Amino acid sequence: MKHLKSLLAVAVFAAGFGMSAASADIKLGLDSAPYPPFADVDASGKRTGFEIELGNAICEAMGETCVWTPIAWDGIIPALNSKKIDAIFASMSITAKRMKVINFSDKYYNTPAALVAPKSSSFDGSADSVKGKIVAVQVSTTHSDYAKKYFADSASEVKTYQAFDEHNNDLVAGRVDAVVGDSLAFADFLGSDAGKKFEIKALLNDEAVFGKGVGVGLRKSDEDLRGKFNAAIAKVLSDGTYDNIAKKYFDFDIYGK
Amino acid sequence: MDWSWLPEYSDKLISGFWLTIQLLVICSTLGFLLSVPVGLVQVTGPKPLAMLARSFCTVVRGTPLLIQLWLIYYGVGELFPKIDGIRDSFMWPLLRAAFPYAILAFTLSVAGYVGEVMRGAFAGVPKGELEAARAMGMSSIKVLWRIWLPRAVQNVFPTLAGEVVLTLKATPLAATITIYELFGRSTEVRQDTFLVYEPLLLVAGIYILLTGLIVTLFGWLENRIPKPSMA
Repeated sequence: MKHLKSLLAVAVFAAGFGMSAASADIKLGLDSAPYPPFADVDASGKRTGFEIELGNAICEAMGETCVWTPIAWDGIIPALNSKKIDAIFASMSITAKRMKVINFSDKYYNTPAALVAPKSSSFDGSADSVKGKIVAVQVSTTHSDYAKKYFADSASEVKTYQAFDEHNNDLVAGRVDAVVGDSLAFADFLGSDAGKKFEIKALLNDEAVFGKGVGVGLRKSDEDLRGKFNAAIAKVLSDGTYDNIAKKYFDFDIYGK
Repeated sequence: MDWSWLPEYSDKLISGFWLTIQLLVICSTLGFLLSVPVGLVQVTGPKPLAMLARSFCTVVRGTPLLIQLWLIYYGVGELFPKIDGIRDSFMWPLLRAAFPYAILAFTLSVAGYVGEVMRGAFAGVPKGELEAARAMGMSSIKVLWRIWLPRAVQNVFPTLAGEVVLTLKATPLAATITIYELFGRSTEVRQDTFLVYEPLLLVAGIYILLTGLIVTLFGWLENRIPKPSMA
């Protein structure tokens, strides 16, 4: 009987704890480096971007308050699992490798990967075309997995950078010959002064590498939160909120097939 | 603790280890060689050179090494597109690689810190010894080579060992400019396996071993050079 009582006490305590956790703010982790047009900071220090607006809309649909928490990209999964953040909302592709350690919501967008190189170059995305060239990728991305899978043998080197803008800098400087990254993330760079000599040479596809698209990264133990996110994503998709936000940033269907 | 990744990544870690050793040995050696004139001119003059050496030490010691490294690597990289024909020059393979920039940045850093140590070391050698050497008819170069430099180095030997250890611990910064030395390789493991502690603990252990090795080596060398007789 005594046991039952203490068990009950624990259960009540746990329930109370659970409730307070549910009403607390949800910490959405995003890459501390800017990733326009998905996540950026404008001149006044305000967060802007497709993902920021969509994230806010999804939180509204869930009836939750969310706090954006910037985390260095290479530590974002450990930050989730050590509960520094509650969800990764940072253009993270759903992959089998990541599914081993975290869980994902349904996808909220999907864009192809691209190989960007000088307009005058002859890259076509094939392994042959990178022969003897230096290809750059951002560390810990599906693009880096792709480059290692398809280009590692023929390229003279696959160089790994900590941040997206760093490999673009070195592409301009000529230290690397081509860069593999997200086709959309390149839009700002290609539109800039520094990027005008470069173009997308090829779109790269491989579902085994790139996965099903981009989803919200969640702890495996947080099944409830996953359900909430999925419901909210479905809601913003069906009530037109998603399209309204997407229209502001893209002139095509970012949700993908 | 999960160490199952170790066999798969051992080759990469070993290549990173050698890169760390290369960075350390090359930069410590070149940096020390450069620190001798930097320290010396601050004691002997001429004044403009002394001022120049002093400002060099101040700038190097007064700014974070990471900033120096990025200024040298990304700063120079910014200039490349403005120079016509640089990509066809025979120097290009060297200019586009990251390694030479790391060597340059770390060497300058070592020269700045050790230059300051050497200034003190040169100034600390008793004047009488140098005057005695000159009175024996030694030329300035000979005095420097036979008396001044060895006596100066002798006095600051333990400090030099400390500077080498500090340089070792600065080398992980090279990973930020795509040089995947030991720390960079551990980062790769962390990002592939999503493990945090194991790879970091492993490289931390290796750095401690290397530090122990440096301290032992310098201790051994110190015992081999004759002690200054403080008569």
